[in-house]
Amino acid sequence: MTTSLPPDGAPLPHYVSTAPFDPYADEPAREKKKVFKRSSQFELMFWRFKRHRLAVVSAIILLIAYVSIIFVEFLAPYNLHTRNMDNIYAPPQRVRLFDENWKFVGPFVYGNQMNLDMKTLRRVYTPDTNNVQPLRFFCRGDDYAWLGMVDSNVHLMCPAENGNVFLLGTDRLGRDVFSRIIYGARISLTIGLLGITTSFVLGIVIGGLAGYYGGTVDLIVQRIIEVLQSIPSIPLWLALAAIMPADWNPFLVYLGITFILGLLDWTGLARAVRSKLLALREEDYVLAAQLMGAGHWRIIGRHLVPGFMSHLIASATLTIPGMILGETTLSFLGLGLRPPITSWGVLLTEARTVNVLALYPWLLFPVVPVVIVILAFNFLGDGLRDAADPYR
Amino acid sequence: MTEKPDLLRIENLSVSFPVFKDRIDAVQNLSMRIRPGKVTALVGESGSGKSVIGRTIMGIESPIASITGRVLFNDPALGNEPVDLLQLPRDGRQIRHIRGNRIGMIFQEPMTSFSPLHTIGNQIEEALKIHDASPVKEQIERIDDMLSLVGFKDPAKVRRMYPFELSGGMRQRAMIASALICRPALLIADEPTTALDVTIQAQILKLLRDLQDRFHMAMLLITHDLGIVTNLADEVVVAYRGEIMESGTVDDIFRRPVHPYPKGLMAAVPHFDMPPGERLKPLREIAVDSSELMGRSKKGNIPQGSDVILSVRNVSKSFTTKKASFFGGDKDRTLAVNDVSFDIRRGESLGLVGESGCGKTTLSKILMRGVSADGGAVLFNDHGRDIDVLNARGDDLELLRQKIQMVFQDPISSLSPRMTVRGIISEGLEIHDRGNRRDRLDAVRRLVRTMGLDESALSRYPHSFSGGQRQRIGIARALALGPELMICDEPVSALDVSVQAQILNLMKDLKKDLGLTYLFISHNLAVVNYMADRVAVMYAGRIVEIGPCEIILRDPIHPYTRKLIAAIPVPDLDRPLDFTTLGNKSGFGGWGRQFLQDEHEDALAHADLGNGHLVLARRNVDVRELRS
Repeated sequence: MTTSLPPDGAPLPHYVSTAPFDPYADEPAREKKKVFKRSSQFELMFWRFKRHRLAVVSAIILLIAYVSIIFVEFLAPYNLHTRNMDNIYAPPQRVRLFDENWKFVGPFVYGNQMNLDMKTLRRVYTPDTNNVQPLRFFCRGDDYAWLGMVDSNVHLMCPAENGNVFLLGTDRLGRDVFSRIIYGARISLTIGLLGITTSFVLGIVIGGLAGYYGGTVDLIVQRIIEVLQSIPSIPLWLALAAIMPADWNPFLVYLGITFILGLLDWTGLARAVRSKLLALREEDYVLAAQLMGAGHWRIIGRHLVPGFMSHLIASATLTIPGMILGETTLSFLGLGLRPPITSWGVLLTEARTVNVLALYPWLLFPVVPVVIVILAFNFLGDGLRDAADPYR
Repeated sequence: MTEKPDLLRIENLSVSFPVFKDRIDAVQNLSMRIRPGKVTALVGESGSGKSVIGRTIMGIESPIASITGRVLFNDPALGNEPVDLLQLPRDGRQIRHIRGNRIGMIFQEPMTSFSPLHTIGNQIEEALKIHDASPVKEQIERIDDMLSLVGFKDPAKVRRMYPFELSGGMRQRAMIASALICRPALLIADEPTTALDVTIQAQILKLLRDLQDRFHMAMLLITHDLGIVTNLADEVVVAYRGEIMESGTVDDIFRRPVHPYPKGLMAAVPHFDMPPGERLKPLREIAVDSSELMGRSKKGNIPQGSDVILSVRNVSKSFTTKKASFFGGDKDRTLAVNDVSFDIRRGESLGLVGESGCGKTTLSKILMRGVSADGGAVLFNDHGRDIDVLNARGDDLELLRQKIQMVFQDPISSLSPRMTVRGIISEGLEIHDRGNRRDRLDAVRRLVRTMGLDESALSRYPHSFSGGQRQRIGIARALALGPELMICDEPVSALDVSVQAQILNLMKDLKKDLGLTYLFISHNLAVVNYMADRVAVMYAGRIVEIGPCEIILRDPIHPYTRKLIAAIPVPDLDRPLDFTTLGNKSGFGGWGRQFLQDEHEDALAHADLGNGHLVLARRNVDVRELRS
């Protein structure tokens, strides 16, 4: 008999497969998955993550951003506080490769010709096509102390000798917006990380207590979280920010702000930790460890925390944007960081009036990195969450 | 005589899934058919592609699967031309007209196949509303008719109930009602009774057979349980890794099996007629080499079967559930374990049988100190010294944690997914500070070899093992501390028959070689019969009958034990389930007066029938009266 399917309506014959049969043979498809077999949960997660293109791109962008904040002084063409009195409210300059006569010169900018409009008292800048200022690379420019320690004056890019380059224009004191955005990244990007650390610690400890002990502890923690979450966040930030003494030095203010952001943000994480713990506590392997005599801390440390760490990392990634936005909002309102500490939010305070926006729109440029970073964090968090979810 | 055409013809069906840039062929070039009004059983172990076939017929297979071949559905109600279900647009009007209307499907898990937010009536009505334009009143009548057909006494009440108000078996009945409400020509039943207790399973099987007869409906029965097949099927298809190994009528397959695969499957099922000492023959044997662990056993100096290792006396445990009243108030008490007493002798294995919810798992957790008991005493005999298990502290508790170990039911959730096999097995050794790092690694290596696993398993994670291998890891973990008593909570009920035989043999060998004592908990009497020397049958928190295996199985006294034995489907055509006696009765129905409790709380006591055979019955009842 060669087929298991009789003609339509005929009685079913007794069909026996003649193919070789070896119950010990490993499934061929499984054989190919040897790598899959050997890998740990985290490797599997990484593979799943790699398939999420957008998340991978976001991860690369963020990696570049975070590496670059170490070399801020080198990357920025000017120092944070360098003022160009001749170029107040100068518009962004275009980098060109060919001059007027289509002759190749390499990257350069035209020098600006400034005229004062006597009717409006507005400075009007026009590019002077005769004044070709080629950009220099790996050049010597403003002096700086790298990370406050190594004195140097080498920059990735600087203007021509006696020239200027304002890629994103200048502000009311003639400071280069592009350089200031690069410097601002250092504060804005780290504030999210420090804030998340605070909220991570608070969230894991408080949520962990609630989830592991349950009962009254859980009840109290839940109510506290509900109260905290019911208070509108901006007034609460404002109140907490107002508590900070005005005479603190800017660095202390910076730490204070991160702490405030973390203090208000742990609620979501604590909830996530608690629900995950409640679910994991019911797993048989936790019971197995208990019955074997494992203590509380061993169970939490060896069995519970590794079980939800990947989820936590994913949800933490998703809360960092909230921190960055929170700092930006607070600083914009003038209650967060104060100059001379410069974050993207502080830069945006320059663009607080409609007047400025209408006349000098380039002062809004700090919004662009904020948007990019926040989108990147969100995509990255999405990708991590999908990768950590075993049910997909 | 002109035969009617086949209802469903599957021709050269292949289904494959992409996995990590690779493809897994779930079904390969498979052909089979289903006759109108007949039952075709599709049998195979997990991973044989049987559920994939069921889902492919319904057109609900995941869109990433690539499917080739033809599935011809020839339903007189849809015209005379057969329809190729695979050619219909996915989720289009035509396939939706067939789904639920002409082909019904019931799933394995009754707990999750209903939406918790809608009433039963609502969910059954849904199919009618979509496929039928009859007036609402008529529809409700049809629903009530169907609900009473599937065995509900008060259909109007059930119609308004929510799924959480029904037990698993009841839900499966309701599920059947909703699958059959449109009177389909074909019912696909994917492991319809796997999640249910044996007694409930027998009832559902009876129901399926009655309804199939009554509506003259064809059925595709997807199952791994050969016992179910002999009781329901007309034609059988045995699949292995997506290919047909053998197919034919039930007679062909069960009386004249040719292929080694179905033969192997049948040999792997434990049955009641096994002479003591006969071994099951699993499809794949694993070599157990416990010689390396032998040094630990103290078999030599223990007189077999004489002293008691664990004695349980009058243990009770009740759970309080708050009544759903808004103003709080009344508390409901459920006795999960009610006045349970028994002894386990050193070196024997005691089987504990009962349906889910009868308190056997709670009892095992009390013995492990995972749950505290309300009253009673448990004594563990540590070579002459008695330890009070329920109140042990400090060193005594430490000792108990090493001497009593547990093997869990679920091979997936009982192993920590983030730990390597090495970490899992050595955990107990680390907790109790046994030896240094190297000693522990050596011990783990020995255990892994004993279990017949490769040493490369040490650095792998649980997800890369099959269910049977994971269960072996679980056993290795339990053995790591050199226990004397192992509590095995349904260790094989989540496994395929062939793997089940493998694990049972392994556990038997270990017991013999290491002189272990088992408390073997299971709902399957045949498995317990294979493993245990004595059996205790538990019902509603009480042990209703306890005694040596042969006596309980040959000569059961208690009506519940009798029912349990009668309800087990055996893969033997000559011994079909006796559906007439199984009936619909559950609970205490059909029990003789002498076994029932009256108003007096303690009207029942254990009557001794000799040879350690005890039966729960009324006090002062005569032995002859019990046997009637």
